[in-house]
Amino acid sequence: MKALNRKLLRNLWEMKAQSLAIAIVIVSGVATFFLSISTMESLKRTQAKFYTDYRFADVFSSLKRAPNALAERIAEIPGVERVDTRVLAEVKLDMPDYADPVTGRLVSVPETEQAELNQLYIAEGRNVQPDRDDEVVVGEAFAEAHQIRPGYSFGAVINGRLKQLRVVGIALSPEYIFQMQAGSIFPDFEHYAVMWMGRTPLGTAYDMDGAFNHVALSVNSEETVEDVIDRLDVLLEPYGGTGAYGRADQVSHRYLSEEFKQLANMATVFPTIFLGVAAFLLNIVVTRLIDTQREQIAVLKAFGYSNRDIGIHYAGLVLAITLVGVAGGIAVGAWLGRGMSNMYMEYYRFPFMDYRLGVATVLEGALIAVASAMAGTLFAVRRAASLSPAVAMRPAPPAVYRESVVERFGLGRFLSPPTRMIARNIERKPVKSLLTVIGIAFACAVLVSGLFFGDAVDYIVEVQFGLAQRDDLTVSFVEPTSDSALYSLRGLQGVERVEPFRSVPATLRFGHRTYRTSIQGVRGGGDLYRLLDNRFQQVELPPRGVVLTDYLAGILRISPGDMLTVEVLEGERPVREVPVAGLVTEFIGASAYMEISALNRLMREGNAVSGAYMATDSNYDPQLYRELHDMPRVAGTTVRKLAIDSFYETMSRQILIFTSIMTALAMSIAFGVVYNSARISLSERSRDLGSLRVLGFTRAEVSYILLGELAILTLVATPVGFALGRGIAGYMTAGMETDLFRIPVVINMDTYAFSAAVVFVAAVASGIVVKLRLDRLDLVEILKTKE
Amino acid sequence: MVTGLSMGEGLPEKRDVGDGTVFRTEGLTKVYHMGEVDVQALRGVDMELFSGEMVVLLGPSGSGKSTLLNILGGLDTASGGCVTYRGMDLTKATDKELTQYRRSHVGFVFQFYNLIPSLTALENVTIVTEVSDNPMDPRDALRLVGLSERSDHFPSQLSGGEQQRVAIARAIAKNPSVLLCDEPTGALDSATGVLVLEAIERVNREMGTTTAVITHNSDIAAMADRVMRMSGGMIIEVTVNEHRKPPREIHW
Repeated sequence: MKALNRKLLRNLWEMKAQSLAIAIVIVSGVATFFLSISTMESLKRTQAKFYTDYRFADVFSSLKRAPNALAERIAEIPGVERVDTRVLAEVKLDMPDYADPVTGRLVSVPETEQAELNQLYIAEGRNVQPDRDDEVVVGEAFAEAHQIRPGYSFGAVINGRLKQLRVVGIALSPEYIFQMQAGSIFPDFEHYAVMWMGRTPLGTAYDMDGAFNHVALSVNSEETVEDVIDRLDVLLEPYGGTGAYGRADQVSHRYLSEEFKQLANMATVFPTIFLGVAAFLLNIVVTRLIDTQREQIAVLKAFGYSNRDIGIHYAGLVLAITLVGVAGGIAVGAWLGRGMSNMYMEYYRFPFMDYRLGVATVLEGALIAVASAMAGTLFAVRRAASLSPAVAMRPAPPAVYRESVVERFGLGRFLSPPTRMIARNIERKPVKSLLTVIGIAFACAVLVSGLFFGDAVDYIVEVQFGLAQRDDLTVSFVEPTSDSALYSLRGLQGVERVEPFRSVPATLRFGHRTYRTSIQGVRGGGDLYRLLDNRFQQVELPPRGVVLTDYLAGILRISPGDMLTVEVLEGERPVREVPVAGLVTEFIGASAYMEISALNRLMREGNAVSGAYMATDSNYDPQLYRELHDMPRVAGTTVRKLAIDSFYETMSRQILIFTSIMTALAMSIAFGVVYNSARISLSERSRDLGSLRVLGFTRAEVSYILLGELAILTLVATPVGFALGRGIAGYMTAGMETDLFRIPVVINMDTYAFSAAVVFVAAVASGIVVKLRLDRLDLVEILKTKE
Repeated sequence: MVTGLSMGEGLPEKRDVGDGTVFRTEGLTKVYHMGEVDVQALRGVDMELFSGEMVVLLGPSGSGKSTLLNILGGLDTASGGCVTYRGMDLTKATDKELTQYRRSHVGFVFQFYNLIPSLTALENVTIVTEVSDNPMDPRDALRLVGLSERSDHFPSQLSGGEQQRVAIARAIAKNPSVLLCDEPTGALDSATGVLVLEAIERVNREMGTTTAVITHNSDIAAMADRVMRMSGGMIIEVTVNEHRKPPREIHW
C-alpha cells in the first residue's frame, strides 16, 4: 500500500468518531433516498406485475342497466381489446357477534369463473362456483379485520332479502389494491368489504339477468384511452352511464399513484437535507484537518508531490467517509425499504411484494452522495492542493478577533470574560457559526416536517368531523327517495336530528375544462353538514346557485359569478347553467354543493333525497344500527366515530414507526453537527483553553467557554428549525396537493416541543462526549507543543 | 582562509569538483505582503553554489536565509531577479515544473523535522521514494543515518535527534542532487545536533550531494567548504574554509 494511503487510513482512524458522526448523517441521507426509491420502485414493479398477470382494466364505467348484447358493440370501439361486463351491488352485511354496521360491495364473477379483466388472485380457499348463490370470496383486508377464513358464514341483505353467505375463498384483485368506500375520506377495512359472487345468482337477485351495470375494458395502447372513453360514454348514455374513466381516476390506482408521488417527494426532500448537512460537516472537518496538516502538506510538496496528488489525497479522505456512509445507507435503506414495503401491504393489498434495491438506484444514490460531499469540500481541498509549500511551512497567521456586537453596544461589562470569549468566537467565524445554526436547525426541521403529518391528519379530522360533518351517522338509501322517508328515520329511538342530502353525479364544465364529481344537495342552515369558508366560519348556502370547493374552482378556473355548466349523469341527464354563488374550503375531495331544494329544482324532481345525516344518542346505538340494518330502503350506514377509530388504529402503528425513524434521523444530524463543531472548537482552541487552565481556570470554566458557544448556537437554531420545518412541510404538502386531498400545514405545540427536545438531547449527548474528552486532555501539555 | 565580498568567480578550483555551477542567482529579491505591510526579505542576492560542495548560510533571524533556501528549493518564487538551477531558470518555472524540479532534484531537511506523524519512520521515507525516479532503498537511507532499528517507530516514539535523522534519511532517499537544510539542529541539544550534522556531512561526502545548511550558529560554519553570511536580506560576506572540520569536533 502506498505510504500516502496509509496516512489517509491513519488520519481516518484518528478522527474516527468525527468521521463516524458524519458517515451516520450520510447514512441517513442515502438511506432515506434508497428507502423511498426502492419502496416506490418495488411497489411500482409489484403493481405492474399484478396488473399484467391479473389483467387490470384500462377503462371503467358504471351505468344503470344494459343488456349483455351491448358488450359486442363496446368491443367494436376501435382500440378496445377485451370487454368485461359485470354486476356491482352495494349490500349491508350482518356479521355474527358484531354490532357495528358493515357494508360491502358485491362484484360478479362470470360463469367462466375467471373474468376477462380484473382477475382474482385467490390467496386462500377457492373461487366461487358461478351458479351457487350462497358462496362468496371476500377481500383480504376485510377478511383480516374480521379474522375470516374459508368456511366462515355471515348474512347479507341482498336486494332487501337477508341471505346467508359462506366464504369459500380469500382474494385480492388489481382493482381493489387500495379499497375505499365511495364517499369515505379514508379506508376502513373493518366496516367495508369487497366480495365476489357468481354472476348468475347476483344478476338474478338484482334483476340483472342478461344485463350488466358496470363495464371494464382494456385497450391496445394508452393513446386510445381518451378516445375510447368518449365513444364508450356515447354508447352508454342511453343506459344511464355515469361517465367512463381511465386508470387515472380509478380509486385504487389513483391512490397508489399519489403514494408514488409522495415517495418521490420524500426521495428529494430528505436526502437533500441530510447530504447538505453532511457536505457542511465534511467541509468544516476537512478544513480543520487541512489547517492542522499545513506543514505535512508543505513537506509532501517540498519532496515533489504535486497539487493533484495532494488534492486527490484529501478528496480520498472525503470519499472514504462518504463511501462508509453509502455502504451503511445501502444496508439501512434496504432494511427500512423492505419493512416499509411490507407495511404498505397493510394498505395496498398485493398478493406478493417484489422488493428489490436496484443496482441503478444504489449507483445513483452513491453518486449523489459523493457529488454532494465533493462539492462541500471542494473549496477546502482545492485550498490544500494549491497551498504554496513555503506558505504552508509558516504557521497560520494568528486569528483576528474583535469586540463582539454585544460589546460594541456597550453591554460588554455585563458579560464575564469567558462569555465575551464565546461571543467573540461566534462572531469571528460568522459563516461557520451560521452554518452550524443551519445544520442544527435542519435536525429540528426534519422532525417538524416529518412529524407534522400526524398533526395535519388530526386537524383534518377535527375540521372535517368537528366543524363540517357533525353527524354521528350517515344513512344512504338504495335509490333517491321521497323525503317522507325521513319520517321513518326520525321515528327511531335514539335519533335526535335528521337532515337530508341529495347526491347527484355530474360533469361540471367551464370553458374547455371539465371535472367529474357529485353535487351534494344539503339543507341550508343545516347543523349536521356545514360548509366552511377559508377561516372555517360557516357559509350559508344560497337559495340558488352552486358553491364550489375552492380547489375545484381552481381546477375549472372559475370564479363566483361565472356560469357553470352542469351535466347531470343520472335520471333525465339534464344539462343546466348554474351560477357559482361562492367558494368553500375543504381538505378532502373537490365537491360542489347546492341547497337541496335548488338541486331538486335543477333535477326537475320532487323532494328527493339520497340519504340523511343523523345525530344520535349513543346509548341507543346498537339498537339503532339493528333497526337501520333491517330497513330495506337503507343501503348502508356509516358511523363516523367507528370509521375514525378504525382509521387511527391502522395508522397509529405506522405513525409510531415513522416517528421513531424520523427521530433517529434527526438525532444523527443534531449529533453530527454539534459533535463535530465541538471537536473542531476543541482542536482550534485547545491552546487558549490550556492557557486559561494555567492561569487558574477550573475544568468547568474551561468547558463553559467551549460548550457555551454550542449551547447558544443550539438555542438560536431551534426556532430557526421550527420555521425551516414549517417551510419544508409547506413545500412538501404543496407538491402533494390533489383533488383527492390537501394537507394543511398545521403543526401542534407538542410536535415543536418534541422536535426541540430531541435536538437538545442530541446536543447535550454530544456535549458530554466532548466534555469527557476535554477532561482527559492535558491542556497544559498542549501548550508545550508546537501548533 | 580567504574572505571577500565578491561572489562566485574567484572561488578555488578544487571545490568545483562536479559539472560546474549548480545554482546561480542574480539580483534576487523577495517581498512578502503581510497584511498591510510589505516585508523585504531579500534585497538583491547574487551567489553561486557549486556541485558537491557544502555551504553554510549564516545569519540572524530575519536575515533572509530561509527565504533564499526556499527559493533555491523551488518552494517559493522570487519577486525579482533571477535564479537558475543547472542553467534552468527557476524564476520562470511554472508550478508544475517546480513540483517536478523538487521531485527530481531537491532534498529538504527542516528545523522541526516535519515528519508525518501518522506514518512510521520507514513510511516517512517511503512516501518520498514512491514519487521519485531513482530512489535508494528506504532501509538503506535509514541505515545511512543509523536508524535501522527504529524504522517501525512513529515520530512520537522517537527523540528529536532521531526524528531529524529520519528527516535526513527522507531527504536523501531519493538521491537528490542538492540537499537543503533549514536549521537542522535548531531544535536539538549540542550532542544530538552533532549526530545530525554527521549524518549530513556523511551524505555530502559519500554521495557528493551539493549541500546548503542554514544556521544562526556560527560554530557549525566550520564544517563547510564555504560560509555565506547574510544580513538584512543580502549576503554580506563569503568565507572559504581551507579545511572542513568534522562535526564531532564541533561543540556549542
